[in-house]
Amino acid sequence: MELIKIQVTVNGSKEILEVPPNLSLLNMLRENLTLTGTKSGCEAGECGACTVLLEGEPVNSCMVLAVECSGLSVETIEGLSQEEPMKKLQKAFMDLNAIQCGFCTPGMLISAFALLRRNPDPSDEEIKIALLGNLCRCTGYERIISAVKKAARR
Amino acid sequence: MNQPHPRLPEFKYYQPKSSKEAVDFLTKHADQSRPYAGGTDCFNQIRDKRIHPKYLVDLKSIEGFRKIKFDPKKGLTIGAAVPLNKIISHPKVLEYYPVLIEAAREVGGYQLRNRAALVGNLCNASPCGDTIGPCLTYRSKVHIVGPDGRHEVDLKDFFEGPGKTCLQSDEIVESISFPIPQLGTRGTYQSIGRNKLGDLAIAAVTVLGYEKIDSSSGYEFLLTLTAVAPTVIFVESAQDILKTEPINHSTLEQAALACAEACKPIDDIRSSAHYRRDMIQMLALRGLEKTCGLLNLPL
Repeated sequence: MELIKIQVTVNGSKEILEVPPNLSLLNMLRENLTLTGTKSGCEAGECGACTVLLEGEPVNSCMVLAVECSGLSVETIEGLSQEEPMKKLQKAFMDLNAIQCGFCTPGMLISAFALLRRNPDPSDEEIKIALLGNLCRCTGYERIISAVKKAARR
Repeated sequence: MNQPHPRLPEFKYYQPKSSKEAVDFLTKHADQSRPYAGGTDCFNQIRDKRIHPKYLVDLKSIEGFRKIKFDPKKGLTIGAAVPLNKIISHPKVLEYYPVLIEAAREVGGYQLRNRAALVGNLCNASPCGDTIGPCLTYRSKVHIVGPDGRHEVDLKDFFEGPGKTCLQSDEIVESISFPIPQLGTRGTYQSIGRNKLGDLAIAAVTVLGYEKIDSSSGYEFLLTLTAVAPTVIFVESAQDILKTEPINHSTLEQAALACAEACKPIDDIRSSAHYRRDMIQMLALRGLEKTCGLLNLPL
């Protein structure tokens, strides 16, 4: 299959890769760059486990082709973990046990991070709307919503 | 590494920089190509093996395709690759076309709406696409370019059936435009789905209403129904009732009943036809009552 050369900035570092057109951003991150913090769930744009920031906005990385990212910047959970408000979010998730199996957590954190950047003091309803595209099969969501609120108030 | 899900099958990727480049490419590879904007429907159709394109034509890099333009006289124009979140957050869309925002918020989660494009939604022509009802009701037009040049089509004439539009395989939609609504227009999008996670609608109603001096009721209402016919449909019988009869509770109930009678729902995985028809009547009444409230129209 033909390979297309792309240059993409991932977590601040420039990567030059040769990728096939059918490679998703998700698989590029996990396989080519071994950034496995981004999880592969439904691969249909519904569960949000693969959420990353593309040009600063959250997207389902399973629904983006790697070739579409040429010249763009991507941030994953690995790159954001030392930034605020991510550190506050991570601490609040741990403090309130907003994690059980943890599979949804990276995507959940990225969506919450993007929410707090555009709205530093969200209401419960605004948090629910922002996290609607992130499914969790364990926690029942209440603790996740509380953790996002706690991080916002710190 | 083991793959939990199959990869997308092989295809070639083409990124035109102009409409002409896109149309030239599509003319050459008409039946083997799939133009796309956000890809949120297209990639799932490829993964599910419902379509097998040899070429994917990515329209996002075409000049102007990611722009929203507003002119106080001509109205709103939305480029074919503008993602839904850009539309939702646009101040002029909120001011003049708020019902479009109501419906766009029903599509997927926040991160999906950063990719999903309004025009892509229209070109997929799903009878249950949330954004189609408001686009029809605001009387939008789609702007098409093909090998013979540009032309525009009223959105109501664009759809030919589930998944079918009048778009030819060598044509693309460049943008969708909306005229300025009548002064004082108010309305709402009322829908139900199986869950709140942006599942396609089981049934939905778009209502717009405004004062109209030359109608017997003093008002005109526009009503469209989603997910209850092969395409999204206007309900002229209900609109006529609301134009000729004085607006009160009984008239709204008659109009809602006319909506239930006009629809042609089917049984599918989301709902039975019977339930859809009942819900259309309820949603139409709810939408009309809400619109009357927004118009400060006492019932």
